[in-house]
Amino acid sequence: MFLLAKNTFSHGIHPPENKEETNRLPIRQFPFAPLIILPMQQHIGTPSQIIVKEGQEVARGQLLAKANGYMSVPLHSPVSGKIRKIANVPVISGQMVPGLYLEPFPFSGQEISEGKPIPLSASPEEILQGIQDAGIVGLGGAAFPTHVKLKIPEGKKCDHLLINGIECEPYLTTDHRVMLEQADDIFMGIRYLLKATGAKEVIIGIEANKLDAAEHLSGKIPKDLPVSVQVVPVKYPQGAEKMLITSILGKEVPSGGLPIDVNTVVVNVATTAEIGRLLPHGQGIQERVITITGPAISKKGNYLIPIGTPLRYILEQVGASKDICEVFMGGPMMGVSASSLDISIVKGTSGIVVFGENDTKKTEKIYPCIKCGACVDACPLFLNPSKLGILAKSEAYETMVEEYNLMDCFECGSCTYVCPSNIPLVQYFRLSKGIIRKRKANSQKSNV
Amino acid sequence: MFSKTLHISSSPHIKKDVSTDLIMKNVVYALLPVVLFSIYAFGINALLVIATSVFGCLLTEHLLCRWSNRESTISDWSAVITGILLGLTLPPIFPLWMTFLGAVLAIGLGKFVFGGLGYNAFNPALVGRAFLQAAFPVAITTWHPSFLEDRFFHISKSVLALPFAEPIVDGISGATPLSAFKFDKITAETSDLALGLISGSIGETCSWIIVLGGIYLIYRKMMNWRIPVAILATVYLLSGILFLLDNQVYPSPLFMLFSGGLMLGAVFMATDMVGSPITPLGVWIYGVFIGLLIVVIRIWGGLPEGVMYAILLGNALTPQIDKIIRPRVYGTKR
Repeated sequence: MFLLAKNTFSHGIHPPENKEETNRLPIRQFPFAPLIILPMQQHIGTPSQIIVKEGQEVARGQLLAKANGYMSVPLHSPVSGKIRKIANVPVISGQMVPGLYLEPFPFSGQEISEGKPIPLSASPEEILQGIQDAGIVGLGGAAFPTHVKLKIPEGKKCDHLLINGIECEPYLTTDHRVMLEQADDIFMGIRYLLKATGAKEVIIGIEANKLDAAEHLSGKIPKDLPVSVQVVPVKYPQGAEKMLITSILGKEVPSGGLPIDVNTVVVNVATTAEIGRLLPHGQGIQERVITITGPAISKKGNYLIPIGTPLRYILEQVGASKDICEVFMGGPMMGVSASSLDISIVKGTSGIVVFGENDTKKTEKIYPCIKCGACVDACPLFLNPSKLGILAKSEAYETMVEEYNLMDCFECGSCTYVCPSNIPLVQYFRLSKGIIRKRKANSQKSNV
Repeated sequence: MFSKTLHISSSPHIKKDVSTDLIMKNVVYALLPVVLFSIYAFGINALLVIATSVFGCLLTEHLLCRWSNRESTISDWSAVITGILLGLTLPPIFPLWMTFLGAVLAIGLGKFVFGGLGYNAFNPALVGRAFLQAAFPVAITTWHPSFLEDRFFHISKSVLALPFAEPIVDGISGATPLSAFKFDKITAETSDLALGLISGSIGETCSWIIVLGGIYLIYRKMMNWRIPVAILATVYLLSGILFLLDNQVYPSPLFMLFSGGLMLGAVFMATDMVGSPITPLGVWIYGVFIGLLIVVIRIWGGLPEGVMYAILLGNALTPQIDKIIRPRVYGTKR
């Protein structure tokens, strides 16, 4: 049986979960859209480099773009079809970035072309290469290239491998469904991850609102694997790496450091399943599970959707009401607003949450900070968002960094969620960090 | 098919259902029973004083906002709280023109010069009261018995005194328990004190109703429970020790707890979020500091009561506490 721990990190918040509408719905295959839009920038790092030509016919699973350096991953064709155009395509930020338009063949089959399989007997380096070749990035939403994260730096070692099945964002249930439906892939992925990291122990962390998944996974743990399942109390932002490590291992990642500084590597559970499914066949990512939900959607659910499927097509298929006015890619706490329906889903898209005109509150009045301390009680990193907010307003960016640890903030938004004065704290911090990074880059440039 | 323009916002896209005006409104709700009891105890005079105080605060806030070309902020309810609190700290037959002047000073000097809601260093109601105590020492220590028979019909002459006229003191007046103790070593029954049967300032007499309001705010998570707990525990413990040392010289800890403005101050004034520290440890220090000062002023000071000064000094200490007491940031050394 799994271990039911009382342990969790300090502070944090309890937003309404809103998961019950989709957490019992099995993953369903989504139809191919008439046009697929593929930006080359689907991961943090250098965009992939296109290796196909306009007019070329491609097969499902075929390489369309190769990794452009170490901090990059390749892109595979999600469908069999024809390259219509190589041009700039819209992405969620509102920018146009290099990419391509792909027109699927009508009635094209589901077969996926295979590359070089990576056997379990492969070396750690070969496994990391295989993970990069499969185009795998963190599917939890961060889209950080997974092979980079798994590379243990010289002089460090990995004792604990944490599989992140927390999914603390309200509304989202993709990881929940993956854990219930893809247990074998998850354990296969863990085998590869154990090999790649050299970890001694694997803990799958799951929040108490997914007890069925915890029970299911702990019942399927292969005898030869050092895996345990640990259930932790429901709290946001427990899915953040640092918080998960504190909840499960009781350790703190040093300020400015990485999980490997406490001998730990954290991998999202859906990413793990993807590794387990793709590597034995040498395939690349063609699709991913996405929760589509929100008051403005009639056919809510968890869908397996080809990468590059346009948002507009998805919303039409799931019966979005005509008055949709807000569309978030990701969860409501950290997700990003879509400015247009002409963008497409990417590897990092974990959810699509849609609100209609009457579902969202109008912008509320912003009051001055009354120093109620709610943000201080909410911040999982024990920062002082109230003070940081006041400093941001007076543009005291250096003080924010040097005295109040601004750079530790990972923008979970808990402070903004609880603020009774509606002060957009996390937005201030995002802007301040941007300004500080820019200043730093400029001063480095002038020093050279 | 989708014709609406999309609304773009920065995450988080959901918000907790709480707002500053909602918090303020709930403080007013928590104060209402205190107001009602004081009107029941002191009649129409108390009603007039509280109403004048609230009116004075709202008018001052509104006019100052207008004169500085800002949108009026009276709708955030904070000026109402200041008005009620100031009224509750005054004697039941306090002249209305003085009350009004105190209200103007409370908002103008206690709040507006600092920049309005969120920026005031001191509790505005106490700033107003401190001014009144300095300017009108006789009127503010002229007491009036509670539960008089004609209290709902008889408006005291001193309440309606003309501005700047000679102070008119009504025929009947009495001492408060604290001054009776201070100057004559007479203590009142604790149960009478707690039930509000003994005279005092308008809203200070009935401790259990004040505590009820505090419990409501703590339950709604709109008040920091540590502040009243720290103040009351400090006062109780310290005066308890003194009482054990010599119960002829020092009053009993329960008498200390239920007399004067301690309850009202600890529950509704020291807890003013703006003037109190932001971290839990800072709040404990702040509360203990105020508790210590209250005992010191009451027992060794020249005044019978010290709650007001103790809280104002606590407010003054808050920025320093916030500067020194900072939570240990995650991932840094203890």
